[in-house]
Amino acid sequence: MPAAAISRDNTSAPHAAFRRVGKQFPNGVVALEGLDFAIRRGEFLSLLGPSGCGKSTALRLLAGLTEPTAGEIVRAGSAGGEVGFVFQEPTLMPWATVASNVRLPLRLKGVAGREAEPRVAEALAMVGLEEFRDAYPRELSGGMKMRVSIARALVTRPQLLLMDEPFAALDEINRFKLNDDLLALWRKLNCTVVFVTHSVFESVYLSTRILMFTPRPGRIAAEFTIEAPEPRAGRFRTSPEYGAQCREVSAALARVMGEV
Amino acid sequence: MAHEPVVNAQHPAERALRFFLPAFALGLALVLWELVVRINSIPPYILPGPVLVFQTLAADWGVLASSLAVTLKTTAIALLAATIGGVLLALLFASSRLVELSLFPFAVVLQVTPIIAIAPLLLIYLEPETAVLVCAWIVAFFPILSNTALGLASVDHNLRDLFALYGAGRLKTLFLLRVPAALPYFLGGLRIAGGLALIGAVVAEIAAGVGGRGSGLAYRIVESGYRLNVPRMFAALLLISLAGIAIFAVLSLVQHLALRRWHESALEQES
Repeated sequence: MPAAAISRDNTSAPHAAFRRVGKQFPNGVVALEGLDFAIRRGEFLSLLGPSGCGKSTALRLLAGLTEPTAGEIVRAGSAGGEVGFVFQEPTLMPWATVASNVRLPLRLKGVAGREAEPRVAEALAMVGLEEFRDAYPRELSGGMKMRVSIARALVTRPQLLLMDEPFAALDEINRFKLNDDLLALWRKLNCTVVFVTHSVFESVYLSTRILMFTPRPGRIAAEFTIEAPEPRAGRFRTSPEYGAQCREVSAALARVMGEV
Repeated sequence: MAHEPVVNAQHPAERALRFFLPAFALGLALVLWELVVRINSIPPYILPGPVLVFQTLAADWGVLASSLAVTLKTTAIALLAATIGGVLLALLFASSRLVELSLFPFAVVLQVTPIIAIAPLLLIYLEPETAVLVCAWIVAFFPILSNTALGLASVDHNLRDLFALYGAGRLKTLFLLRVPAALPYFLGGLRIAGGLALIGAVVAEIAAGVGGRGSGLAYRIVESGYRLNVPRMFAALLLISLAGIAIFAVLSLVQHLALRRWHESALEQES
């Protein structure tokens, strides 16, 4: 299998690469144009841009939920390379308990119940919801529902975790808490995260690298590497380095928006 | 915001009021009705008082109970058949847009054509019992079909994407996602269909009863009408009403039991 060989040869080989990718919707709207970038192993990559710039479309392309209309996406890792996806909304099945929701990916992949059970427990433990395994989604707060959604994405132990503005609907206290928890999980699981957001502050806090998108049709306008003392924590959020990098990214975003 | 699973959180006084106020109003109406009949000495073949209606109900219980059993049996079988037919057709519609586009208009035609107009024709072609059953089925079948079809189509797009992401096939998507998502819609349709099945059965019985055949409650009404046995007409009418209420109550209970753990409709407001 050549794909597997690539990933063994070189640990820094990209997870996936967009090559001149374009996406035009059937209604004629061009969402993305000439998108060219690679996702490096182990990085925390944020796709930052204004609403409607196609960054969510890029994520869906990466997940294989939709196909590009131009260019190609090269995936290292085998075709079955596990991908986890976290949507903007928790997207839980309301009729199923927390544990059943988390078990869903395993069930769809035909993993037997006995084998699935410890993995479900592990995923729930990672997001701190062991005690809520038998609760139904309507009994949970917004932040807890999002944790369930993250546990569901992690239950297949994905190499690549895709997140589409997952914390946009949460209040700031919950968002900061989940930001820190996500960073801890990313470090612990040693996975790659691609995180879509429209928040400069969130992207600088979380990412090792930021790709800034132009308004539609989305192209990459700028790239930033974020320097921060690891492990990042609440202190980074109030540090001058954080402020300076936020200012730099914000200024770039203002330029991108002004160009149109 | 966290929602506690609140069940029956209503204030006890509010609940008591909800029960006693209508009960009191009903009692008052019955007393007034009896008084009007007695004071004006209205003969029972014009308007019997409630006391006489209840006496007739007790006296004719043998005849009326067997008629009630016939009507309920017709309703139950028709509802069962409508559930099976409606759900199967909805699944068929959900799996093929072509089938849906081809057949849905026929379902609408069956629904909008008044059943009382179809019944005489069915009575020519079919045995009376079968014709009554078919009428009840036609009326009850549509809400189940349309609600279930709507439910099967009303699946969260992100959840659908999630199923696609993990490579779920059509069958898994149908049974693990679309069917549970359609359940609240189906149960809503079932509750409407229960009442309609009774109406369909009664209408068809009346049409059949005009021909002098049949044994259901509606037939008793027609027959008693010929004999000017107005108290028995009222007694049979009362039983039909009670049957309708019972069907609605049972189906509401089924809906509540199936949805109380997870669906928003089963969540009582905390205020």
